[in-house]
Amino acid sequence: MAGGVGSPGRAQIPWRTLRGDRWWFPPAVTFTLIVLWLLYALVRTSMQRDYFVATYHYLTPFYSPCVTASCHPDARHVGTWLGEMPPLVPYAFFLLPILLGFRLTCYYYRKAYYRAFWLSPPACAVAEPHAKYTGETRFPLILQNAHRYFFYAAVVVSGMNTLDAFDGFHGKDGGVGVGLGTIVMLTNAAFLWLYTLSCHSCRHLIGGRLKHFSKHPLRYRAWTIVSRLNTRHMQLAWTTLGTLLVTDLYIALVASGALTDLRFYN
Amino acid sequence: MSYDAKFRVWRGDASGGELVDYTVEVNDGEVVLDIIHRLQATQSGDLAVRWNCKAGKCGSCSAEVNGIPRLMCMTRMSTFTETETVTVTPMRAFPVIRDLVTDVSFNYEKARQIPAFAPPEGVARGEYRMQQVDVERSQEFRKCIECFLCQNTCHVVRDHEENKEAFAGPRFLIRAAELDMHPLDARDDRADFARDEQGIGMCNITKCCTEVCPEHIRITDNGIIPMKERVVGKRYDPLVWLGNKIGRRKP
Amino acid sequence: MAAELETHDYDVLIVGAGGAGLRAAIAAREAGLRTAIICKSLFGKAHTVMAEGGIAASMGNVNSHDSWQVHFRDTMRGGKFLNSWRMAELHAKEAPDRVWELETYGALFDRTPDGRISQRNFGGHEYPRLAHVGDRTGLELIRTMQQKIVSLQQDDQRESGDPEARLKVFAEVTITDLLQDETGTIAGAFGYFRESGRFVRFNAPAVVLATGGIGKSFKVTSNSWEYTGDGHALALRAGSTLVNMEFIQFHPTGMVWPPSVKGILVTESVRGDGGVLKNSEGKRFMFDYVPDVFRGQYAQTEEEGDRWYTDPDNNKRPPELLPRDEVARAINSEVKAGRGSPHGGVFLDIASRRSPEEILKKLPSMHHQFKELADVDITQEAMEVGPTCHYVMGGVEVDPDTAAAARVPGLFAAGEVSGGMHGSNRLGGNSLSDLLVFGARAGAGAAAYVRGLGDARPIVPQSALDEAATTALAPFEEEGGENPYTLHQEMQQTMNDLVGIIRKAEEIEAALTKLEELKERAKHLTVEGHRQFNPGWHLALDLRNMLAVSECVARAALLRQESRGGHTRDDYPKMDASWRGRNLICSTEGDGIRVEEQPMPPMRGDLLDLFQRDELAKYLTPEELAAVGATGGATEATDGSGS
Ligand SMILES: Cc1cc2nc3c(=O)[nH]c(=O)nc-3n(C[C@H](O)[C@H](O)[C@H](O)COP(=O)(O)OP(=O)(O)OC[C@H]3O[C@@H](n4cnc5c(N)ncnc54)[C@H](O)[C@@H]3O)c2cc1C
Ligand code: SF4
Ligand code: SF4
Ligand code: FES
Ligand code: FES
Repeated sequence: MAGGVGSPGRAQIPWRTLRGDRWWFPPAVTFTLIVLWLLYALVRTSMQRDYFVATYHYLTPFYSPCVTASCHPDARHVGTWLGEMPPLVPYAFFLLPILLGFRLTCYYYRKAYYRAFWLSPPACAVAEPHAKYTGETRFPLILQNAHRYFFYAAVVVSGMNTLDAFDGFHGKDGGVGVGLGTIVMLTNAAFLWLYTLSCHSCRHLIGGRLKHFSKHPLRYRAWTIVSRLNTRHMQLAWTTLGTLLVTDLYIALVASGALTDLRFYN
Repeated sequence: MSYDAKFRVWRGDASGGELVDYTVEVNDGEVVLDIIHRLQATQSGDLAVRWNCKAGKCGSCSAEVNGIPRLMCMTRMSTFTETETVTVTPMRAFPVIRDLVTDVSFNYEKARQIPAFAPPEGVARGEYRMQQVDVERSQEFRKCIECFLCQNTCHVVRDHEENKEAFAGPRFLIRAAELDMHPLDARDDRADFARDEQGIGMCNITKCCTEVCPEHIRITDNGIIPMKERVVGKRYDPLVWLGNKIGRRKP
Repeated sequence: MAAELETHDYDVLIVGAGGAGLRAAIAAREAGLRTAIICKSLFGKAHTVMAEGGIAASMGNVNSHDSWQVHFRDTMRGGKFLNSWRMAELHAKEAPDRVWELETYGALFDRTPDGRISQRNFGGHEYPRLAHVGDRTGLELIRTMQQKIVSLQQDDQRESGDPEARLKVFAEVTITDLLQDETGTIAGAFGYFRESGRFVRFNAPAVVLATGGIGKSFKVTSNSWEYTGDGHALALRAGSTLVNMEFIQFHPTGMVWPPSVKGILVTESVRGDGGVLKNSEGKRFMFDYVPDVFRGQYAQTEEEGDRWYTDPDNNKRPPELLPRDEVARAINSEVKAGRGSPHGGVFLDIASRRSPEEILKKLPSMHHQFKELADVDITQEAMEVGPTCHYVMGGVEVDPDTAAAARVPGLFAAGEVSGGMHGSNRLGGNSLSDLLVFGARAGAGAAAYVRGLGDARPIVPQSALDEAATTALAPFEEEGGENPYTLHQEMQQTMNDLVGIIRKAEEIEAALTKLEELKERAKHLTVEGHRQFNPGWHLALDLRNMLAVSECVARAALLRQESRGGHTRDDYPKMDASWRGRNLICSTEGDGIRVEEQPMPPMRGDLLDLFQRDELAKYLTPEELAAVGATGGATEATDGSGS
């Protein structure tokens, strides 16, 4: 506290905060939820099983795209690019860093983990525990500026998930079919698109960078729509964590036989 | 419709001070500033407080109420229970002068560092033409009443006195954004300035500035993040850099 | 103590950092003079930030029929022909340029579809004329000029390495006395830093007063603590004069509930954008209150009034948009007749007339203000409103062209502290433009005066400094004296009740007796604590200003035996043409205040020609009308707009 609110000249108040509300609650919830989600994701990606329902072509997003020789042949609908995976290595090992990087450099998640994990600051007007602070001006945090590249990549990933969802329109007899799993995958893909499009970098690139909206009416329209989505970016960030988890869990349960898929057609 | 409330007000100056307890009458519809004024008029005539409009328009009465940075004139007593003790302290990021009054000269110094609006060349007075959609973004930032609550709350300087030199604070980052988005401003180095002189990289977009802004300016979403993206565009994005080298892609 | 007195030397001293002060400072600095700005609050917080509705200037962006002539005519009508016509003329002519100039400083007004500055309707203005930014125009004005000043300082920094070489702001400094040489010529000012209580002396051959108004003498007011009439009192004590002090504008719509915010302004734009006034019976009562002079210019039926919002060229405006004095009196009458709202006001309803989206777009800060302070959602419910003391038309008597104050060489005044421009009643939006036009003129006037002096600088006798210091410290010397807060409250109550919106002789006399008593008691004030940021002490010093100014108001109000604009006498309810040509001038005489009549110079013929003869007949005496001659007074208004 010495260099901060306790600095000489400032009003001498011995507490790091006088907030009496439960300011620690939101960061605590964020912390818990993110840790639980990461643990779940870690376990699931290293399991190397129950990721695909062959009958209906349900592929969990955690294993997408499935392009190694270890994958179930029907799951490799975009091809086989690599050989067998050693145990514990996630099948989608080259895409997961992109997903992780996109979320790690996301302006919303940055806020969330700087507050909940790094306590910088834990909550507004609550002194942070660090003696030094340089923000995002140095390595490694200066790399946050690469967010827009993760955004470009995330567009591809969302496209991948959409392909998977379309592949999920697969019936028992090999023709078209629809089940609850299809709906779940489709919903997940839709929300992933919303989250991706509501990204601040997207908002900038699509029109925010312009000085004169009036000279670019179409891009202004697009910017207005993205801006509206952008106000929900936080909600979408959490919603997609939810839909990802639900989609994976559902497919895992169906794949392991613990649950039978609810079929609507074929 | 009136009751006696318990107040704790920080009294003192740069050499020291403490929270002093008061019991004071509160009436229907009053705000914290009314109570502070009642203390002045009835119990301690020399209680120092800064205020002006008492309508949330001038940004003078910034302080911290129960630890949360707020305008005293816009904090209604009905948001507290009758038994709750209301604690009022001066802003804690700036040097204190006396009681609830702080020295906010830091902000005026930062304001003076930003290059002023650069009028477009060859456009006569009266000939300025701008479209409403083009001025709206900057207008949002011009709602700022300079209460400096965001500056006070921003942990970059609140928790690190040594950063005051290098960091301009949210109020002035949106001033830079305002000028960069001004349809007729003739300068094109606002983003560079934000990075090199205002320390925009120190902001970790934890959004406390937005949380406390009484004008509900979306400081981070509409000001700082777009500015960070513009900085990326000018300084970190190799594609844009290449594009600019070739000489295309002027916004 | 004289030895340790902090002293600064400048060419021009601007007292006040509101719109008028800042514009004057820019003018003086651009003329190359070393300029200081002094203000009681922080830089950028002056009262002007509260102005909401807009700046009146006949740019004709929304209705191209508008011109300076129409603006001039509206201003004179609003002021009931008592205005200094020369000021009204300069104001109408120069306002557009001053507004456009703000754009070159970086201001961002709301726009018309073709990219010009948008203009809105306001009471008393024939065409949409108010340049605005949502409902925070005053803030834009202050911020723009504050930033212009910063940019001038940056220029100085580049040239000399010192940003404050030629333009410096002394914030949170109160001026308590003007310094003069033996002949009464201005030599500077004396004051104290609010922060430390230390005294400070400024030497400067020219002082521009831009200190704003006097609202804090009244209990219910839209004005802030700064409005203690300091500039008015400084000018008086320096030997200058005040004009038109009986004219005080009560804004018709102030908040009436909750008590702690009583008086806070509800902008006129609510009515300009479609809001209507209703009494407790739900009746739109303003149709019953259109006075004869305005008959024919306002709608007679609700239907016509409603059509005007969309088709102003073919319909007359609703009577809710009459000049403020008329609306304030009407509300007063409705409440007195028992048709008021629960908290003693009337209803201002926009919720039932406009969609919530529209209200939020056009009146965001009103929505915010009512939500935060009164827990009323104006998109759903009507507001309760009543008159509140808002603006003083009277002020320092000045020369229209240079803003030089009467009788004291080196003293200038601009903005609300100056008088004459608005006559007996100011139109909404005409103040912000007044600040810019006469602020610029005062800065230029002061610069010309200083240049004219050459190297000569007036000398202040030491005794004047000692006296200023002694007076300022008196409240600390006295033991067991009165609490300044108590005195202030008594004075506010007196002015509000006895010299308020409706006046009569006995009541004004009672007020004068009370003021005498308060003046005596004010000689024995006691304040607690020390000189550092001590509000009790500050109030004690402000009190003498408020008392002097209140006395001017009361004495002038007693003398003027007619009702006109911001002065309504129950015992003389009619406007009297024989009073039109007379100004009441307030000056000090020993310890007391003296008010006397002074004839007004007759209006120039070409300006008279802007009015139809039968309209002039409403204001001028038969003799004056005869003197206008057979040629003067147009038979038809020059722009044919059916005035
Ligand atoms: C709520 C509200 C809304 C309004 N809306 C409008 C509108 O829409 N349009 C319009 O045209 N007008 C409007 N007005 C009127 C207009 O805002 C004022 O008349 C105008 O702002 C006065 O400006 P000024 O420059 O004369 O003084 P101010 O802006 O009041 O500035 C006075 C300055 O003088 C300083 N000062 C005073 N005494 C001393 C002293 N002793 N020593 C040192 N400094 C001192 C103060 O600190 C301050 O800086 C409104 C007024 C109010 C109250
Ligand atoms: S978002 Fe940035 S500027 Fe705003 S408070 Fe947080 S660190 Fe400071
Ligand atoms: S941005 Fe908001 S919080 Fe910051 S100074 Fe302006 S009004 Fe205050
Ligand atoms: S994904 Fe969150 S800001 Fe880009
Ligand atoms: S007093 Fe002006 S904002 Fe509170």
